[in-house]
Amino acid sequence: MPFLELRDIYKTYYLGDIDVPVLKGVSMSVSQGELVALMGASGSGKSTLMNILGCLDRPTSGQYLLEGQEISRLSPDQRAMLRNRRIGFVFQSFNLLPRTSALDNVAMPLSYNPEHLPERQAKQKAEEMLGLLGLSDRMSYEPSKLSGGQQQRVAIARALINKPALLLADEPTGNLDSHTSEEILRLFGQLNQTQHITIIIVTHDANIARHAKKIIHISDGVIDGEVKPESVSASPGDAK
Amino acid sequence: MKVYRTTSIALRALRRNPMRATLTTLGIIIGIAAVIVMMEIGNGATAAVQKSIASMGSNMIMIQPGTAASGGVSFGAGSVVTLTPQDCDAVIQQCPDVHAAAPAVTARTQVVYGNKNWVPFFVVGSTPDYLKIRNWTELAQGNMFTDRDVRNANKVCVIGQTLARELFEGASPVGKEIRIKNVSFKVVGVLSLKGANMMGMDQDDIIVAPWTAIKYRVSGTSLGNVNQSSASSTSSTVNSLKNLYPSAQLSLYPTQSETQAADTPQPIRFANVDVILAMSDSTENIPAAVKQINTLLRERHHLRPEEPDDFSVRDMTEMIKTFTTATSLMTNLLLAVALISLIVGGVGIMNIMLVSVTERTREIGLRMSVGARARDILRQFLVEAVVLCLIGGALGITIGHGGAVLVRYFKHWPVQTSPAAIVAAVLVSVSVGIIFGFYPAWKASRLDPIEALRYE
Repeated sequence: MPFLELRDIYKTYYLGDIDVPVLKGVSMSVSQGELVALMGASGSGKSTLMNILGCLDRPTSGQYLLEGQEISRLSPDQRAMLRNRRIGFVFQSFNLLPRTSALDNVAMPLSYNPEHLPERQAKQKAEEMLGLLGLSDRMSYEPSKLSGGQQQRVAIARALINKPALLLADEPTGNLDSHTSEEILRLFGQLNQTQHITIIIVTHDANIARHAKKIIHISDGVIDGEVKPESVSASPGDAK
Repeated sequence: MKVYRTTSIALRALRRNPMRATLTTLGIIIGIAAVIVMMEIGNGATAAVQKSIASMGSNMIMIQPGTAASGGVSFGAGSVVTLTPQDCDAVIQQCPDVHAAAPAVTARTQVVYGNKNWVPFFVVGSTPDYLKIRNWTELAQGNMFTDRDVRNANKVCVIGQTLARELFEGASPVGKEIRIKNVSFKVVGVLSLKGANMMGMDQDDIIVAPWTAIKYRVSGTSLGNVNQSSASSTSSTVNSLKNLYPSAQLSLYPTQSETQAADTPQPIRFANVDVILAMSDSTENIPAAVKQINTLLRERHHLRPEEPDDFSVRDMTEMIKTFTTATSLMTNLLLAVALISLIVGGVGIMNIMLVSVTERTREIGLRMSVGARARDILRQFLVEAVVLCLIGGALGITIGHGGAVLVRYFKHWPVQTSPAAIVAAVLVSVSVGIIFGFYPAWKASRLDPIEALRYE
């Protein structure tokens, strides 16, 4: 059984009288512990697909199975619970809470956890997670005092705090220089190797996609094909 | 646990923008402070007014004889002689809620000292307790006459300020002899100044003497002589000491013939009083005292259940009500003004919370993406508003109370701390937080996480 499976997903936005079909029958599957890159030009529907994968959105039709569970018909509250327990998000613009310490930022998802860890334990857990990402000496810093790479690592720590099975990264290196991008991507590789977290990176950059074990191309709302990264020609001009 | 965590999240969120939080709370602070100051000053004023009503004798209960009727002609309240000094003693002894009682007889007659004369508005014969009931125990000079003077019908009296001024023109009246209807009375004391009463009558235009002396030496009958049938018999038989000096009195009514007197027998008691004044311990006990007096007097007067009362009991309830209404109206008016400022403060909170929701759209999206349910977001923003209001309420109570203390200190207004107002202020600030925080919080919870995350 695949870890994640999409069957004939359609997503149509209704803007007044006009129907805008964004996804037109997407079917794909990702196995446990894979590092997948989701590639496509802007407007190809990859963001919409990621929202569906992240349980933020529901498909108009089709089936989405996460760990064998049918997701597309869950209630908003159930989906929120699923996002909290099973899915971690990493965003292009980090989305850290301003004027809040790195530690509190990382501990934030724990407050929506039904287990409700006591404050002290939650702090401890967040400290461990930041330590794992090499930010032990930056725990009390506010995001504005951290570099881009550090901010993104805080965001990754936040995504990992609830021990998710799936990590969704939406253009995680879009705001970073090439050196830090490399670092972050290596971090993803490590997490994938050591923690066996399934990671899906959404990107339009082929250089980034190269770090993945599998690349799924999407264009104009349909899956264009799955390829191994070796076959992708890396054009040096694309590198950021 | 959950409440604690939500509150700490809210506090952390508020700490991110302390200036704005402070300014937002200012509305609530001012509102609550205004409410507290108004309540404390209002309560103080009410208490002061109640105290001054009490000084007029608000706990006073008047027991008057009932009406007499002769051949279908009623003579109005007090025209029949049914109350005796023994009734008064019984009221004191047997009504637990009656604090004190005094019989009183009244007269209206001329008072003479030297070459001055005056007709006091009140010539009252009573006991020393009379002053206690009237809340008038302070004397400007001398002393009140005693119970022994009452028993002996001694010719002593105390006089009011007006009378002292009219007759003595500044000289000390104590120890002087004045003549009341040609009977010589020794002035033993001068009452303190009391001023006008509710009807505007000068209460200082008074002379108080033992009721026995007034009844047997001066007046004979006072109201009794309205009743034609009893007039002749009482005045001529009982009052033997009255005519020390010859003074011709004009008879307005034709004297009764022997036959008439025999036809309409009037039960004449040995002694009767015009009115009995009683006083209850407190304003609240007045109804109970009135009930006890009614029961007792009906029993003493041997009235059968179907017979009407031959006396009437009256209290000052109406007067107290009027005053309480006036002061509470004033307090409520001020309170309404203060409440309006609270509403304004609430609108301020709503305004800022709406701004905050817009500003923190991305944060809301993020929180939703990490698993916050709509109701978690709703709760977070609601708690934020309530926490703001509670902090504002606490500060408002402190400032309001401090303000009231300052008012008392500098302006010497009567101020009374009101725990009810404090409880109400806390409740009001919480509900302002909930009412005005709900819409922004609801708006936040309805955001679409995808759009919220993308919001710039």
